Amino acid sequence: MVASTLSEFSIHDFLGQESAKDLLRFSTAGSVDDGKSTLIGRLLYDTQSVYEDQVRSIEGKGTTAPGQIDFALLTDGLRAEREQGITIDVAYRYFSTARRKFIIADTPGHEQYTRNMATGASTADAAVVLIDATKGVLVQSRRHAYIAALLRVQHVLVAVNKMDLAGYDESVFRTIEQDFLSVLAQISADTGTTTEARFVPVSALAGDNIVHGSRAMPWYTGPSLLELLESLPASQEVQAAPFRMPVQRVLRPDHTFRGFAGQIGSGVVRVGDAIVALPSGKSAKVERIVTWDGDLEEAVAPLSVTLVLDRELDISRGDLIASASAPATVANRARAALVWMDQRPLDRSRRYLLKHTSHTVPVFVSSIEHRTRVDTLAHEPAETLDMNSIGVVALHLLRPIAFDRYAENRSTGAFILIDPATNTTVAAGMISAVLDADSGEQDPWGPVTVGEREARWGHRGGVLELAGPKALIDAVERSLFAIGAVTSRMDADGDALRADEDLAALVAALQADSGLLTLLVRTEESGALTAKAEGVEITVEDGDFLRVVSAVHQLLHRAGTLISTEKAHL
Amino acid sequence: MPVVTQESGLNTPPANLVPARITHLRLLEAESIHILREVASEFERPVMLYSIGKDSSVMLRLAQKAFFPGPIPFPLLHVDTGFKFHEMIAFRDAMARSVGAKLLVWRNEPAIAAGTNPIVLDTRRCCGLLKTQALLDALRHYKFDAAFGGARRDEEKSRAKERVYSFRDHAGQWDPKNQRPELWNLYNAHVHPGESIRVFPLSNWTEMDVWQYIHAENIPVVDLYFAKERPMYVRGDALLPIEQDFVARPGEKPQMVKSRLRSLGCSPCTGAIRSDAETIPDIIAELISFRSSERANRAIDHDQEGSMEIKKREGYF
Ligand SMILES: Nc1nc2c(ncn2[C@@H]2O[C@H](COP(=O)(O)OP(=O)(O)OP(=O)(O)O)[C@@H](O)[C@H]2O)c(=O)[nH]1
Ligand SMILES: [Mg+2]
Repeated sequence: MVASTLSEFSIHDFLGQESAKDLLRFSTAGSVDDGKSTLIGRLLYDTQSVYEDQVRSIEGKGTTAPGQIDFALLTDGLRAEREQGITIDVAYRYFSTARRKFIIADTPGHEQYTRNMATGASTADAAVVLIDATKGVLVQSRRHAYIAALLRVQHVLVAVNKMDLAGYDESVFRTIEQDFLSVLAQISADTGTTTEARFVPVSALAGDNIVHGSRAMPWYTGPSLLELLESLPASQEVQAAPFRMPVQRVLRPDHTFRGFAGQIGSGVVRVGDAIVALPSGKSAKVERIVTWDGDLEEAVAPLSVTLVLDRELDISRGDLIASASAPATVANRARAALVWMDQRPLDRSRRYLLKHTSHTVPVFVSSIEHRTRVDTLAHEPAETLDMNSIGVVALHLLRPIAFDRYAENRSTGAFILIDPATNTTVAAGMISAVLDADSGEQDPWGPVTVGEREARWGHRGGVLELAGPKALIDAVERSLFAIGAVTSRMDADGDALRADEDLAALVAALQADSGLLTLLVRTEESGALTAKAEGVEITVEDGDFLRVVSAVHQLLHRAGTLISTEKAHL
Repeated sequence: MPVVTQESGLNTPPANLVPARITHLRLLEAESIHILREVASEFERPVMLYSIGKDSSVMLRLAQKAFFPGPIPFPLLHVDTGFKFHEMIAFRDAMARSVGAKLLVWRNEPAIAAGTNPIVLDTRRCCGLLKTQALLDALRHYKFDAAFGGARRDEEKSRAKERVYSFRDHAGQWDPKNQRPELWNLYNAHVHPGESIRVFPLSNWTEMDVWQYIHAENIPVVDLYFAKERPMYVRGDALLPIEQDFVARPGEKPQMVKSRLRSLGCSPCTGAIRSDAETIPDIIAELISFRSSERANRAIDHDQEGSMEIKKREGYF
C-alpha cells in the first residue's frame, strides 16, 4: 500500500528530528484573571496542538463573547474551575514545535492557591509572567515574580496581556515595562540573582504576538512569545555542577551484586571516578555504572542509574554519593528561604519532617530571621509565617545532612517540610547557607535561650509518659540522667496530679518551656513498659533493662526530643 | 539582607565538561524510574495496576529498568471486568510470566454474576461497579498503600490537573480542589493508616512519547493495536468490536473492517478506528495525522461534561 510505504520512509526522518529536539519546561505566573489560561489555550490552538474533539467540547461555553472560543477552557479542566471561571490547580500541557518540546504548567493566579503556582514553578526552566495591560503591576504579579526568582526559574518572559483592551497603545506597554523592571531589580537585590526579562505586548484572546506577530501593534517588531520560548538557551547548569547522586535504594539481588540506585542530581560520573559517601565521608571509586540497557562508561544528570563501588561502604537510602574533589556540605544547621503553604502557621515549638533528596529528617525551625513583605520586598521581624508568606529561617536538623546551597544546586539545596500530625506538605524551602552550631550573637546578660539549653543538655523540653513496672521506669530515668539529661519525675497517680489533670498538663508544659524533660510516670504491675512522646507510642515487652532503655532512647530520638549527632533510624 | 549569601568556591564545575545531549525519551525515562524507586522505597505495600494497554506496557518496562539487576519488588494487579478482549488476557499472563512478576487478578464477582453490563446499566454505573468498586475492594483486601497507574496528563483535562502522587482518602476518593503541593521531585509519601496514594510515573508522557518509546525499546504490545481485517458492528463512524453478544442490535450483522484499537478498554465501550497502520512506525505516522484525541472512542469519558473527574473523585484511577 502506497500510504504505508510512504509513511515508513518519512517516519525515519521524523524520529530523527524528534530525538534532536530538546525539552523546555515553563510555567505561567501572574495575578488572577490576567489571562494565563487563555494565553496557553491560544498557544496550543495556534500551534495546532489541540484535537478537534477537544475544541468542539468547549465551543459556545465559557466567559467570552458569542463565536469567540474561551481558550482558558482548554486547560481549566476541573468542574469547579469552569464554574468559577478561575484556575484552581496547575494544569500540565504538552506540545512541540519543529525545534523543541515543551511542558507547560498553567498555574492559578488567585492568592489562595499560591502553593499550586509554586508547584508549577518548581520544575520550570522559564516563567511566563502575565500582566493585565488595563491593571498594571499588582501585588500578586510581584509575589509570583518573587517566588519564581526564589525558585531560580532561569528565564522570565513578561507578557503584557489584553493589549486589545488598552487600544494596542505602546505607551501602556512601556509604562508597565518600566514598572516591572524596577520590581525585578528589587527582587534581584533580595535574592542575589539577576533575572534578565524579555517583554512582549500580547492579546491572548485575539492572538497578537502569541504564535504569530501582530498587525495591530506595528510599533513592536520583536519576536512573538513562541519565538522567544523557542530561542531560550537550554539549561546546562545541572550538568556543569559537581557530581551528586542521592541514593534512593540499595539493590542487592544476590550476594554478588550490591548497587546504589538513584537519579543523578547534578554533574557527570565516570567509571574510575573518586566519590565520597555523605554524611559518613567514606570514599571509594566507581567500578560500574549499571543500567538495564547495559553498563555505561559515563552518565550525566538527570539520568537514573545504579552505581557499583570498588569497595564495601555502609551506604543506605538517603546518603549522598558526591564527587570526592567537590563534595557537598554536611551540617545540621542551615539558613533557608521558606514559602509557607499551610493554613496552620509555622510553629517554632513543633517538630516538622524535612524531606530533602531521598531522606526525611526531623527538624525544628529555630528562628525566623525575617519575613519579606511581598508588596515592598521589605524585611520585617516575624514570630511566625502564615499561609503564602515568605521568609528566611534558621533550621535545626536533628541529624546532619549533606547539601549544597540552592543557588548552586537545585537538587541538593531544595526541601519540603511535612507536618507529621496532618501529613501535609506545609512549606517549600531553599537552603542558602550553612550555620554554625552556636551562631548568633549572645547577649552576655540576656535570658538563657532555648538553643543554649539544648546545646548544653543535649535535648529539648518535652514530656515522656511512662507506664509499667517501677524497676523499668527507674532504669529509664537513670539512663537519661547518665547522659546528662535534665529530667523531672512526676507521678501521674500522685494525689496532687490526680485531683487536677489540667494542672498536670500545665506543669508539664511549663517545664518543657524551660527545657526540662518531664517524666510523667504511672507505676503498674504488668511486665511491659509503655512509653509515649510527641504522639509516638511504643510498648516494650521484654524485661531486659538494656533493651528497654535503648528502645526508649530511640523513641526520644525519633520524637526529636533527644538530639543526636549520629544517624538515628527514622 | 539578601536571601542568598554570596559564598564562592563551594563548588567548582569540572573543567573538561562536554555537555551530553539527552533525548526527551531518556529524560522522561529517568524521571519515571526515579518515581518508581521512590515509591518502592517509601511505601510498605505498593502495587502496580497493570491494565495490559500500551501505557502499562511502558510502565512495566520502566519497572524492570528501575530495579535491574534485581526483580520488580511489587506485585502487578489487574482489575478484570470480564469484558476485556480475550487477546488481552492471554497477553497479560504471558507478560507477567516473562518479566517474572507476581500477578494478582481481581474481579467484582457478585456484580459480574448479577449480569452487570453497560447496556443494562449505563456506562457510568457499570464502570463504577466493575472498575472502581473492584479496584477499591482489591486495594483494601491486600492493604496496598500505594498503587501505580499508567495514566498520563495529556489524556484528558482532569488528568492534566493531577499530581504524580495523588492522595486518596479512606474511601479512595480524590479531592481535586485540595491537592498537596508537589515541589521539585520531592514527593510526600506520608499517609495515615487507611489512606493511600495513587502514583502516576507516566504523568509527563504524551501518547506520541509512549509510541516512540515502544518503538525505540521494542516493547511488546497487544496485537489489537495493529490494523487487521476484523469483524465489527459498523454504526456510522463508530466501529464496535463483536466481542460481546449483547452489544449487537437486533438483526445487526458484523462486517469485516480493516481497523485497530487506539486505546484498550472494555470491549463494549471501546470503539475501534479504521486504520491501515500495521506496524509501530505506521502507528506513529498515523498519530501525526490524527485530528481527535485518543479517548474520543471511549464511551465512558463522554457521558457528561467532566465525567472523568467525577469518576476519579469516586476512586477511579
Ligand atoms: N479582552 C481580552 N480578554 C482577555 C484576554 N486574555 C484573557 N482575557 C479574558 O480574561 C478573563 C480571564 O482569563 P483567564 O485566562 O481565565 O485568566 P487567568 O490568568 O488564567 O486566571 P486565573 O488562572 O484564575 O488566575 C477571561 O474572561 C478571558 O476571556 C485578552 O487578551 N483580551
Ligand atoms: Mg487560569
